Amino acid sequence: MGGYTGEELTAIFLMQGFSGLSLFCVFLLMALGLAIIFGQMGVINMAHGEFLTLGAYITYLVSYLASDTWPFLLDYYFPVAIALAFLGTFILGYLVERFLIRFLYNRPLDTLLATWGLGLILQQIFRSVFGPREKSVVLPDWLMGSFQASDMVDIPINGVMVVALTVVMTIGVFFLLYRSRWGIKVRATTQNRAMANAAGINTEKVDRLTFALGCGIAGVAGAAFTTIASTGPTTGSLYIVDTFLVVVFGGAASLLGTVASAFGIAQSQSILSFFLSGSMAKVITLMTVVGILMFRPQGLFASKVRR
Amino acid sequence: MLSTNDLRVSYGMSEVIHGISLTVGENETLAIMGRNGMGKTTLFKSLIGILPAQGSIAMQGNNITGDKAYQRVRKGIAYVPQGRMVFPTLTVEENIATGLEATGKKKIPNDIYELFPVLHDMRHRKAGNLSGGQQQQMVIGRALAADPKVLLLDEPTEGIQPSIIKQLAKTLNEIKQLRGLSIVVSEQVLSFAMAVADRVMVIEKGQIVHEEDGKSADQKKIASYLAV
Repeated sequence: MGGYTGEELTAIFLMQGFSGLSLFCVFLLMALGLAIIFGQMGVINMAHGEFLTLGAYITYLVSYLASDTWPFLLDYYFPVAIALAFLGTFILGYLVERFLIRFLYNRPLDTLLATWGLGLILQQIFRSVFGPREKSVVLPDWLMGSFQASDMVDIPINGVMVVALTVVMTIGVFFLLYRSRWGIKVRATTQNRAMANAAGINTEKVDRLTFALGCGIAGVAGAAFTTIASTGPTTGSLYIVDTFLVVVFGGAASLLGTVASAFGIAQSQSILSFFLSGSMAKVITLMTVVGILMFRPQGLFASKVRR
Repeated sequence: MLSTNDLRVSYGMSEVIHGISLTVGENETLAIMGRNGMGKTTLFKSLIGILPAQGSIAMQGNNITGDKAYQRVRKGIAYVPQGRMVFPTLTVEENIATGLEATGKKKIPNDIYELFPVLHDMRHRKAGNLSGGQQQQMVIGRALAADPKVLLLDEPTEGIQPSIIKQLAKTLNEIKQLRGLSIVVSEQVLSFAMAVADRVMVIEKGQIVHEEDGKSADQKKIASYLAV
């Protein structure tokens, strides 16, 4: 590893590892939503990235309002922005399921095309409303700066915040899916829609809320995203392929697998891109994932039952 | 309790059930016998609402023909499908809990585990890893969790060994006593039908061709309908 001392290498690994962690968090938050929508419902939602973008723009609007109109609120806007980003994308997701997706269950290719079209429409709306230039939010003071772990290691505070948010969301989704009555309904519906209905579950309502929740989580991912990068109309679409990769690699419908694969993919991209170029890092990561999927098409973690 | 009037079911353009009218009385077990392909499963699917039907279906005098399946479950019809249809990656407990949705209750009633003690022992196992007989008990438990007034069982003996079939007949009679509900069961195994039925109907090519009391039934005649 040409010319670096051991101490420098450790620092590089730590800091790249941490920047990988921020990337991991955006991946994971997006993948959580997709794991619910694709893994549980089997809907290929190509517009998922646009829900992230919408969440980011909502955060931008709130921060703009806070910094421009009520400057004294600047310190507190972020939690409000997260809540509004969730709410906005949740509502849009609900409407999309109600008027588009529910006609396309069991037709994966059609959902792919329909949601891709939806994604393009949303992108153009973003471009018309917010303009093609990237927007960045005004961060409150407490999110700026970094936390100096040693002489050479800087850990940015906004990154720590994103990690904390991701942990909370992941645990929340886990409890919703595996420890709540609603989770039983979701998993029963996704395994056998007709039988779940005949067992007494209002499957249409479950589908609608599940899809909306997945979109809402993407909105939260958008809010988190604004603290580490700026937002443009196509921001979300840059992440959609990676996110699908995360979900498929982790094993659809397995939450633990989603976390593990998001971590693996984000870290290898981040650390490799320091030593090689960004595109080489991507090539190596993708080759590895494709290689592993050839031997384990069901993904890293798949539920073990007889079918 | 549950009645149909001139019920017709079609797959596309071809009609499979040609105008069936039947009534199930309170606390009565009605066995519907017939060979494969005569319309038993189609009839049951239309009764629970998985398949759309023409004609009318009424539950306790209320027309439910337009109701979706989950709404019928809330009105007191529970369904045990042919082939069991468990949710394989859910645990036994979670599978049974899906039936609770119709009642709004939070806890699985004790009598379900008393009827099927094996389910209690296996409640944390994934349903997909149970044997066929255990799965059959579980889906009956799932149906009972919805607290039904009418229990629809579509070929519950399919793929189950003879000694357990006898046990199943006993359990069904016990459930009927315990819960005071009506049972509609489709069947090919004559001995099982005779052990549970108050009334027997024979379905052939989508029509009811024979009907008589269970106790005094002419078994030879029914057997002749079932013979290929």
